[in-house]
Amino acid sequence: MLRGKTARIILLIIFVALIATPLVLRRLSQTRAVKTDPSSSLSRYGFYFQEVSQTSNINFKHQAPTLDHQLDHIMPQVASMGAAVSVVDFNRDGWSDLYVTNSGEGSKNALFKNSHDGSFTDVAADLGIANVNQSGSGVSMGSVWGDYDNDGYEDLFLYKWGRPELFHNDAGQKFSRVSEKAGLPAWVNANTAVWFDYDRDGRLDLFLGGYYAEDVDLWHLKNTKMMPESFEYAKNGGRKYLFRNLGDGSFEEISQKAGIDTRRWALAAIVADLRGTGNQDLFIANDYGISELYFNDRGQFREAGKDTGVGFSPKSGMNASVGDILNQGRYSIYVSNISEEGVLIQGNNLWMPREGTGGDAIKYDNLARAMDVEIGGWSFGAQFGDLNNDGTLDLYLVNGYVSADRNLNYWYDFSKIAGGNSTIISDAAHWPAMDGRSLSGYQQKKVWLNDGLGKFVDVAQAVGASDVFDGRAVALVDLWNRGVLDVVVANQRGPLLIYKNNVGQENKWIDFELEGASSNRSAIGAEVKLFWDGHQQVQQVSGGSGFCSQNQRRLHFGLGKNPQIDRAEIRWPSGNVFTIQKPVAGQVYKIKEEVQSSSFSLRSPKEQPKG
Amino acid sequence: MSDSTIRSAALDVPVRSRLRFDNRYIAPLFITFILLVGHLFYGILESYERTALAIVAAIVTELVLGRIFYGKWLNLSSAYISGISVGILLRSPAFWPYALASVLSIMSKYVLRVKGRHLWNPSNFGICVLLFLAPETVASLSVQWGNFKWPLIVIWVLGSLIIYRAKRFHISATYVASFFAFAFLRSWITGDPVQAEIAPITGPMYQLFVFFMITDPKTTVRSKKWQCIVVLFVAFVEMLLRLNQVVHAPLYSLFLVGPTAMLIEIWLESRRKVAVVV
Repeated sequence: MLRGKTARIILLIIFVALIATPLVLRRLSQTRAVKTDPSSSLSRYGFYFQEVSQTSNINFKHQAPTLDHQLDHIMPQVASMGAAVSVVDFNRDGWSDLYVTNSGEGSKNALFKNSHDGSFTDVAADLGIANVNQSGSGVSMGSVWGDYDNDGYEDLFLYKWGRPELFHNDAGQKFSRVSEKAGLPAWVNANTAVWFDYDRDGRLDLFLGGYYAEDVDLWHLKNTKMMPESFEYAKNGGRKYLFRNLGDGSFEEISQKAGIDTRRWALAAIVADLRGTGNQDLFIANDYGISELYFNDRGQFREAGKDTGVGFSPKSGMNASVGDILNQGRYSIYVSNISEEGVLIQGNNLWMPREGTGGDAIKYDNLARAMDVEIGGWSFGAQFGDLNNDGTLDLYLVNGYVSADRNLNYWYDFSKIAGGNSTIISDAAHWPAMDGRSLSGYQQKKVWLNDGLGKFVDVAQAVGASDVFDGRAVALVDLWNRGVLDVVVANQRGPLLIYKNNVGQENKWIDFELEGASSNRSAIGAEVKLFWDGHQQVQQVSGGSGFCSQNQRRLHFGLGKNPQIDRAEIRWPSGNVFTIQKPVAGQVYKIKEEVQSSSFSLRSPKEQPKG
Repeated sequence: MSDSTIRSAALDVPVRSRLRFDNRYIAPLFITFILLVGHLFYGILESYERTALAIVAAIVTELVLGRIFYGKWLNLSSAYISGISVGILLRSPAFWPYALASVLSIMSKYVLRVKGRHLWNPSNFGICVLLFLAPETVASLSVQWGNFKWPLIVIWVLGSLIIYRAKRFHISATYVASFFAFAFLRSWITGDPVQAEIAPITGPMYQLFVFFMITDPKTTVRSKKWQCIVVLFVAFVEMLLRLNQVVHAPLYSLFLVGPTAMLIEIWLESRRKVAVVV
């Protein structure tokens, strides 16, 4: 037994050392890449960004809505969404265009048509999809593109805090509003929508997720009790909709019949074949609560969030995107949340399928911390994509909620009310006034580079992603057909940013453009599994991913240096499978599904398709 | 944290009563009840593993240090409460803060002592150190009890009954009354809605704070009157911190006021003893 002075001195030394541990760990963890010049970034990381919105003739600044005056005191945080971007080739010219939403009353959305020479022209007004934020009809929150009538042209679904709209694409020449014919509801306060063929009948269906309850008109409040009833357990949000495509231009709302009945506050949804069944499962990232995962048993959904591990710990889900980050042929799911030093450390979630589990028994583990993609800030949109063509998927994440006065902070008041009982938190009148204060404002972004071995490193500042706007939507797209992924960022109350990606020539790539026949023509839900140099990577054509965004339809694979590609397996939503043996790097493979098989043609990156 | 809220009260009850039920286990059972209700119904824990780690770390530290410095295996109810408090009140996606806070909590009882009495409520010490030194990794529990008022009411009523049985109800009651009074005062000063000022006390963090932390017999002064005055000061300093927008105001307030009160009492007692000797 030791009772003496020596033991007490040893104890004291250990005690002091343990107290110093957090400081040491903090110092050790500060390994973020610092700003470097482009050539250093190119040699060190294999790429760098140039922000080229001005030189691309894109001069778009998002405007936020002005809601009911009863919300004036907290307006910046309520009117904090609506900056969105989706990628589409609306006129089938082989070059990606951008549709960007605005949210000020009377403000115009923009369709930036790619002029093939590095510049863009806003043609939204000419084509009839600009003036969509009129008073009384609500304002835009986001859009997704899908060819719902299989005529070969991508149609536009616009979701709003207000009246959702469907615009039919008339051969790339004009858009016709067909919302009534489609049977869309009169008002939904939505922040997410995804096109997918849930019943695999060859026609695109549509999921639409409500945020505020649909009986709330944010411009004419009946009362101020429209806020979430809890910061982490809220179930008083908007309902969900699943619109089944009837094939005649109309849709039938079947969410309850199909097993989707929830009033959590949905902010992002992603659809993917997570179990390898051929059916598209639905993942919903909810604000103020747990995430939900709906297994799709060929048209009938069942919630499996708790069973799989993704739906237990409530956070503030604001993004849902999938990627095969370890080249295992399986999707991980990335959900962004809130982390604010000293106040709230939710951490973002990277849900990785657990080794040895699959099918209905699939389990997920949150490996965000282990892989160093946990702490972003007040995070919103994120997308996986191979930014340096090295053969592994990287992750681009935007952060920042309300950037107002740099020296004044609303976090104390926010944390005060967020812990309150439902009767307090749910009433906007109880919320302290923001008075021009910032709430997680001016935050840096993350560009996490994947080392392929289970670790990511943030290189945002080094590669030129240095803006501090309040980022919302991120979309990855090869804007200039160069075999690289450029990044487009929509910022709340801020400019649309175009980060042109400059990638070293050593790393190779290959792209796939799919067109369905038995499957929906957009090929949404189709997967390409590529095998090369002992690696395999799966990617899917998505009808919406991230936060209020949609990436390019074309699937882009980085391959690293001197790749030897074995094969590409294409699995269509119809169940058809097509394999290309020994595809060639540096090419865009255009693959058309045929009833019995599929065919493909090649085109060089900058070649325009004929006809 | 409440290292045996009930322990000192247990010394007062007749032996036959203690044979029926050892009061020392009421507090651990109650906090376990809060944990289970909170997690099973609302998932308040970061994870089972992290909370288990906090509990195990506290218990192991207590066993080792008790053996080294007192030569015996100590009763573990106090360490259990400290561990479980860390497990509930600390929020971090990492594992290490849970272990570190628990170990520091228990160690503080052995290191930070004056005249044979430890100064800080153990879990208050461990949690505050982590909140202050590792804000990039750690936050405190700031969520509510679901969307319903009944869990809130049940825990307040049950907690009050238990704390009353332990003869510490006056401490909790004084603090709660002071909190409300200062909430109105803050609202008047800042112009914020009074509901916003009251909101924090409706959350589970305050339930643990009120029933376990501020009532800890080992780290509160001895006289009933001064116990009330000290928690009044805790609430007052908390108000000052809140007016300066300090997020973890109640925890920091107790961290500052609690040991100060203890030191004053120890100093007064030593002066009294000197006077008696003279």
